[in-house]
Amino acid sequence: MAAAFRDERAQVVATLIRLTGDWDLAEECAQDAFAAALETWRRDGVPRRPGAWLTMVARNRALDRLRREAVGAAKLQEVIVMRRSEGAPEPDFADDSGIEDDRLRLVFTCCHPALALEARVALTLRTLAGLTTGEIARAFLVPEATMAQRIVRAKRKIRNAGIPFRIPPAHLLPERVTGVLAVVYLLFNEGYSATEGADLVRTGLCAEAIRLGRSLADLMPDEPEALGLLALMLLHDARSAGRTEDGELVTMEHQDRTRWDAAQIEEAEALVERALRRGRPGPYQIQAAIAACHATASTWDDTDWPQIAALYGELARVAPSPVVELNRAVAIGMAEGPAAGLARLAETEGALKDSHLLHATRAEFLRSLGREAEADAAFAQALALVANDQERRHLERRRTNRSM
Amino acid sequence: MLVCVPVEETGDDADFGPYLAAARGHVTGTTRLRPASEATTVRAEGGEVLLSDGPYAETREVIAGVDLVEAPDLDAAIALASLHPAVLGGGAIEIRPVWK
Amino acid sequence: MKYMMLVCVDPNADFTDVESVEPWVEENDGRGTRVTGHELRPIAEAVTVRVRGGELLVSDGPFAETKEIIAGFDILECESADEAVAIAAKHPIAKKGAVELRRFADHEFSA
Repeated sequence: MAAAFRDERAQVVATLIRLTGDWDLAEECAQDAFAAALETWRRDGVPRRPGAWLTMVARNRALDRLRREAVGAAKLQEVIVMRRSEGAPEPDFADDSGIEDDRLRLVFTCCHPALALEARVALTLRTLAGLTTGEIARAFLVPEATMAQRIVRAKRKIRNAGIPFRIPPAHLLPERVTGVLAVVYLLFNEGYSATEGADLVRTGLCAEAIRLGRSLADLMPDEPEALGLLALMLLHDARSAGRTEDGELVTMEHQDRTRWDAAQIEEAEALVERALRRGRPGPYQIQAAIAACHATASTWDDTDWPQIAALYGELARVAPSPVVELNRAVAIGMAEGPAAGLARLAETEGALKDSHLLHATRAEFLRSLGREAEADAAFAQALALVANDQERRHLERRRTNRSM
Repeated sequence: MLVCVPVEETGDDADFGPYLAAARGHVTGTTRLRPASEATTVRAEGGEVLLSDGPYAETREVIAGVDLVEAPDLDAAIALASLHPAVLGGGAIEIRPVWK
Repeated sequence: MKYMMLVCVDPNADFTDVESVEPWVEENDGRGTRVTGHELRPIAEAVTVRVRGGELLVSDGPFAETKEIIAGFDILECESADEAVAIAAKHPIAKKGAVELRRFADHEFSA
């Protein structure tokens, strides 16, 4: 029953927002409906269509509350007109295509670009994922009052600035879809960058992001990037068990690949293929394809490096960034040898001169070429720039351990 | 005439009486804007539309409204502005001539 | 819904390559999405008025020193924030400076 609740919550809230235009009322009435369900379903069993049942109860509750509180004649009018247009006292839920769209409307509204990014993230977790304000606050390491204020402000702006509750029209859609996917990927990365212990709440964000990614892939079956993002998150997540050993970061090269989640990798691979068959590659699909190459290789050396180098070339074309160029140089170094990698790296140095990753990569190439003095100087540069303790210890080990 | 108030001031209890009396016949349009925290700023770069949450500039005072004034001279506009509750209540009025 | 569109520019920027605003004005006047609007004279001609402790204080210049200043405004009548954003994005100054959108408060004072 708890699972049914979680799955249906966003749907019920979304439909109530469309009908009443009031986010707080929608959430409260959804809550009331779930409380009623708890009682009724225990007695009579779970109905055949739990979502429709919950929506109907929440909707009636909203109507009652609007009537009783007489919040505003206009608002009440709207609900009455809405009811009348349905024509029957027993609403017909047979056709729920419109209701299905409500969740998508909610997605696009929560991720509207006129909202600050942190507000989009908070609202998505609160309204779509159903996390409590306290949970979201802990995940983002801010006081609960701050997070509550952020959510209140975002809802106020949606209402008062006239942000529409709708699926954007075709000419806005590509850009808005990109925005929605970016919010979900940001959530995932927030969780992924946390590793252990006190960070457990944050790692929970990965599971939330994957859950949201799954519903986006469901809601937008024709959008290959939604599939790509889901595949990418599944692949990263499948490898997460191998990322640390005794609390220390292990690079992919040295990870125990038997600890990776093979079933999840298989699922993601199928998603990547399905997405790429549509012939509209985008940054998430390409990154997923790269991650799939890594995930399916039996060892670091057996990895299909020429393929990865080619994919990074494609990624650099559709979504150029210094980090992509850096990764491309690593792949070229693996595919064609350290000298080729070093040459490629030289072309990207300007943009990344303050990144420890650039110097660490250069150090590794130089060492492979036997240029020890230069390699040591590059490690020193990397160490001077690194901020994360785990990464610092890793670099120090690499610097002194010449046999690796 | 840009009506500027300290950021979180709502001014709901402001007394517009004297201002409105003086403004009769001179103010051709008046608007009161919703808070700057609900503003959206639009930029376009290379065909891409960039949105940001909030006003174009973070300032201590924000524009709360705009009045279009038809005044014979600046002194008349200042006299009118000095009666506006925003000016009396800790805010300011910026008077800007309009291109003819 | 009515929106105030504040057209903001960096006065030191080079405006020689900015397109004319006329087609934008004509299109939106024609569609009824632009209620009115004006270009403002330069910020150097601005005067700021305050009354403190009963004393009238008039200062030269704008109310706030910012890199970008308000060069003009338009009042829009739109269905939603999305429509207002779409119209604002087509204003030639959106490419050069910024356009701030603020919805009107529900109540108005009539003069």
